[in-house]
This record gives sequence, structure tokens and C-alpha cells, in this order.
Amino acid sequence: MSGQKKVQVTPRNLKLLVQERIYNPQLRKNLSRATSTTLAKRADVVADFTQWEEMRSAASEIKDGVIANLDTYLEQFEENAVSAGATVHWAADAQAAQSIVYQILRDCDAKLVVKSKSMTTEEIRLGHFLEEQGIEAVETDLGEYIVQLAGELPSHITAPALHKSREEIGELFAKKLGIDRTNDPEALTAIARDVLREKFLQADAGISGVNFAVADSGTICIVENEGNGRLSTALPKTHIAVMGIEKLLPDMQSLTLFLQLLARSSTGQRITSYTSLIRGPKAKDDLDGPEDLHIIILDNGRTDILEDDDLRESLNCIRCGACLNTCPVYQTIGGHSYGTQYSGPIGAVISPSLLGVEEAGKMPYASSLCGACAEICPVQIDLHHLLLHQRRKYIERQGGNPAERLLFRLWMMTMKHAALYSVSGLLGRLAGTIFGGSNRTLPVPGWSKSREFPAPAPKSFKQLWKEHGSER
Amino acid sequence: MKVSLFVPCLTDQFFPQSGMNMVRVLERLGVEVEYLDSQTCCGQPAFNTGYHDEARVLAEKYIRLFDSSDADYIVAPSGSCTTMVNIAYGKLLSIPEDLQPALEALQRKTFEFSAFIVDVLKQNDVGAEFAGKVTIHDSCHALRELHIKQQPRELLRHVKGIELIEMQHAETCCGFGGTFAVKHADISTEMVDRKIAEIHSAGVEYVTGVDSSCLMQIEGRLRRLNSTVKTLHIADILAGDA
Ligand code: SF4
Repeated sequence: MSGQKKVQVTPRNLKLLVQERIYNPQLRKNLSRATSTTLAKRADVVADFTQWEEMRSAASEIKDGVIANLDTYLEQFEENAVSAGATVHWAADAQAAQSIVYQILRDCDAKLVVKSKSMTTEEIRLGHFLEEQGIEAVETDLGEYIVQLAGELPSHITAPALHKSREEIGELFAKKLGIDRTNDPEALTAIARDVLREKFLQADAGISGVNFAVADSGTICIVENEGNGRLSTALPKTHIAVMGIEKLLPDMQSLTLFLQLLARSSTGQRITSYTSLIRGPKAKDDLDGPEDLHIIILDNGRTDILEDDDLRESLNCIRCGACLNTCPVYQTIGGHSYGTQYSGPIGAVISPSLLGVEEAGKMPYASSLCGACAEICPVQIDLHHLLLHQRRKYIERQGGNPAERLLFRLWMMTMKHAALYSVSGLLGRLAGTIFGGSNRTLPVPGWSKSREFPAPAPKSFKQLWKEHGSER
Repeated sequence: MKVSLFVPCLTDQFFPQSGMNMVRVLERLGVEVEYLDSQTCCGQPAFNTGYHDEARVLAEKYIRLFDSSDADYIVAPSGSCTTMVNIAYGKLLSIPEDLQPALEALQRKTFEFSAFIVDVLKQNDVGAEFAGKVTIHDSCHALRELHIKQQPRELLRHVKGIELIEMQHAETCCGFGGTFAVKHADISTEMVDRKIAEIHSAGVEYVTGVDSSCLMQIEGRLRRLNSTVKTLHIADILAGDA
């Protein structure tokens, strides 16, 4: 597998990371099997609704409303969460969030932490940070557990180990857990369960993400399919939930709509197996639940997106992963090629804002702009248009590659003047005659390695039109 | 009825026959056709790559030029370039205030060729004949921005002698994507290979579509692979009178 990391994992190396992966037949098989299965399941359950499109519009409108009044909703959420007994923390960036978590864990003297699947904690590299601090943080979602064992990033928003076949997982388990090799998914799951059960029972704290935060009740909602989320948040004495500022929904009624959209879009289920609604820590007569509930609300670049009229829409994202599944580029290169946690169309849209243009400015170019992402997005984000905005911002801020800039300048000057344009067309035809030969092909850097490029036609349309005119 | 032709630079330089075939079909349908000789490019390559200043210069030129025409409609043999004018101008590429009214008027009367025949002229039989097995590739901009799916099929179904065969995943991108095809040539090539696998398993002799750019990508790869399958713009088929 492409496990030997020769190339440093960063979006700056996107092209090299693609090179490492694109011709790996096993990876391509895994990607195509996983994405096509999920897409087929999704199509099946979306067909339940004749009003699916209306549901998408309604969801998009609700999110637009929340994002437009985010400060009010955040205050409302905090107030309600606090009155339910939770402690709310605000983190400006990844580092701030890490220190808040560390402080909480130190206060409760935690040595072992169980984590349920969360992209937001991936974003702030929390697992990595805790390891550095000498706190064991075990991923308890099977997919996350697999990538943690492999020392990799998740390659998909909702299916972290989607890039691996069961044979590869069997091999990994044998190597890392010192067990006999098996490829049987049930056996592998059972092995992971055994390891994780111990951890759940010993854990001092549980860390989770948040799928939705309901403002009018201060409730957080977590959806998952393995029950590990529920265990991570209910068994240990302390529960820390990390959420981006954009996770809010106004009320319970809208939550119903979003749960329907999320389950169908992400895994092709009518409803996820476990939907936990958590409002405050364990109450006096509750049988279980944590004694302390901490909610960390993270900015980490999101307010920059919020202030940007062109990109604000991307905060509507509910991280369903459907745009990754349907993206022909993602299907070809997989999540790891992007070099960061958020991959695929939504990753290419938000990463330049979250990580900076220096680091991730080229990600939006790894797209053919086909728009399949926008077509599938349950909250109707115009992803391919946002990619175009990000490309403009990249050129505005970076100036682009000087040679490319010059080329577009010259091209524009030529196109601006019909006469110049005609002359350059003539030159092109001349080149075609000289270099094209009988094959009628022109060598074009980048293109011609794998494809023929046609030589210009013997006569342009402009010429043919003139002749046509004199015929009439 | 008078139509002003919007002939994209790619068509003008590389596929002029398709442009002329569009003229033939329109004239056969009794439409008066004009061509504004000083048109060049709508600016899409620069726009898609992020160079909006350069693209805007051409957009302004385009708007001024076509605003000077008294034609009832503007018709282009390309879903992608129609999208540039109808969707990108003004919404994704900022246009000076004073050109806004002219732009809006142009957007109301600009159509992709096959959609123009079916939706505006209300015709589905252009009296064409064509012998061969044909499949159609849905170009992304035509499909997802302009919702063009049935129009070209309806026209093709009425062509005498044609055998129209749908391939699997007709709606999946061919991997062209403008400068993407060069910047990420390896991804682009893998994508077109998937498309070509579908074309081959459909068992056709020809692939058609409403955009020469996608067809150039598909043809470029077909030729490199020494395939016998040929590409034809839909105007090439509709102009056929055997
Ligand atoms: S952008 Fe849309 S499709 Fe993609 S992950 Fe977010 S909600 Fe899902």
C-alpha cells in the first residue's frame, strides 16, 4: 500500500501525492467499490422522497438563516447549554482548543481518553497533540481506529478507512496487534471490539465531535453506527465535545429534517443506528452519563469564511461526504492525495481558508468543475462555483505562476483584437502544417503525453463564413 | 427570426466545420443567420483559472459586441461557452454596473444550439439522415448549469438511420475541465479512460455531444489508443443529409 510516506503530507504536495497513488490498482479498486456502493445505497433511500429537492432547499434556507445570525444563535446555544449544566469554552484556533482540552484532562487527572469519530478533532490534530502530552487517546470508531493504527489521516469525511481493502486491514491488524492474520470482516470487527472494550472501561474521559448543536435547547446531537460514540460520551466521567461554530441548528424541528438528509446522503441509511441527543451532563436521577460535560466551540478560520460573501455558503456543510463519493476526481485519487483532513470538493473549498492560501491555495485546481458535487449536496452548496471563487482569490493573493500570468495576459491582448486573433490563428495553422504532418496533431505540453491535440483546421470558421457569404 | 452566432474560439480554430454545420441546420430551419466577425473568445479559460481581470476585458468586449446586434437570439454550438455568458458573467465574474442591463438582455436570448432548436424553435426533426451507431456524452456545463439533457437526444432520435445507444455513466465528466486537462493531466487522463471504457462497451462507432471541448478530450485519447470510434459534434450529425 502507499503507506511508506516518501512525500510530506501537505496540500502543497498535492501533485506528488497524486503521483504516489493514482496508478495504484488496489487503491483504485477500493475507492471505486466504496464510492459506488455508497452512491447506490444513497440513490435508493433518496427515492423514498418525491420532495427530496424541496427538503434540500428547506435545509439550505435554514442553514442560511443560522449562518446569517450566527452570533445570536451561538449565544442562545451557550445560554441553554450552560443552564443544562454544561461548561462552554470558546477556542479561536486549533492551539487554543488543544490547550482547553489539555487543561480539562489535567484537572481530572486523565491518562486514557476514548475518542469517537470527529472531523473537527482531526482538524485540530487532537489525537496527535494528546499523544505528545503523554495522554493515550484511542480512536473507537472502527475506521478511525484503523487509520490510527496505520498512522494515517482519514481519507474520507465519513468513512475514514475507505481507501483500505479488508485484506489490507487484516494485514495491518496482524502487524500492529500481533494477532493471527484474518480477512474476515466480522472477525476483524470482533478483535477491534475486544481491544476497545477494555479502553472504554478504563477511560478517564471521552472526546467526541458534534453533528448538530440545537440552539433553542442547548442540546448536542451525535450520529454514528457502531455505538462507540454513545459509549465514549456516556461511560467516562468527563465528556468533551468539540464543535465548529457552524454546527448550529435553530430548533428540534429542523433537526429532524437534517437527520433525514444526513443519514441518506452520507451512508445511504434511512437513519443512523445511534442518534444521541445530549443535553447537559448526568442529572441527579439519571442512571448514566458523564459528571462533567464540556463543549468547546471552535473558530479556527471559520469567521474568515463567515465574513466572505463569496464563500459563506460553505459553512452550511453538514459533512455528509456525498460530494466526495460522487466526485470523479476524488474517485480517481482518493482522500490522501489532497494532503489534509478535508478532501474532495468541500475540502478543496474550505481548506484554503482554514489552512491559508500558501498551504492549500492550489487545492481548488484539482477539479474539473463538473458540478456533480453541487448536484448531490444535501444543503445545495454551489461547490463548483465556490471552487472558482477560491481560484480567483488564489490568483489575487499569489499573483499565480508568472509564466502562466504572462500567457493569459498575452492571450487576452490577442483575443481583445480581432485582427491580432486572426493573425495568431494563421500562425497556428502554419505551425499545424509544419509540425502537424499527416497526423494533424500539435504537440502541447501537458496534454500530448497521453492525448493527441488537433492541429488547427485548414480554414477557420471566420474564413469559411466569408466563403459561405459569397455563395449565398 | 434572426440569430446571431456565437462561435467559440475553439470551434473557430479547430472545429470550424461544426460551426458551419450549425449554420446549415439553422438555415434549413428557415432562420436568418448573422455572424459578427470581430468576436473572439468569451474569456472562459482565464476565468476558470482564476484570472478574472483578463477574463473581464473579454467579457466586456463580448457584451458590447453582441449588444450592438439586433438579432432576436444568440446561439452557440457549446454548452460551456453558453454557461460562461448566461451563468458566469455577472454572477461569478463581476461586470461593470453600466453593462449590467445589456448583459441581462443578452442572457435572456442566448441559447445552446440543441436547446435553441427544441426549446425556442419547438422543432425536434431537422430532416437529417445519418447511418451509424451513436452514443451521447452529457457535457457537464450543459447538463448541470443549463439542464440540457433531453434536447439533444430528442433531436438525435429523429435523425433517419441513426442508432442511438445510451452508454453507462453518460453524465460522468470526461475529465476535460479546461486548464485542468493540462495542470492535472494524469487525473484528467484517468477520467477520460473511464469514459472511453463506457463508450467501448456501448459498442458504438461515434460519440457525440454539444461541446467540442469535451469531444476534443475524448477524441484526443481515442486517437492515442488507436480506437476506431470517432467523435462528432451534434451539429455534424444534424447537418447530415446522406
Ligand atoms: S459540501 Fe455538501 S455534499 Fe459535501 S460534505 Fe458538505 S454537506 Fe455533504
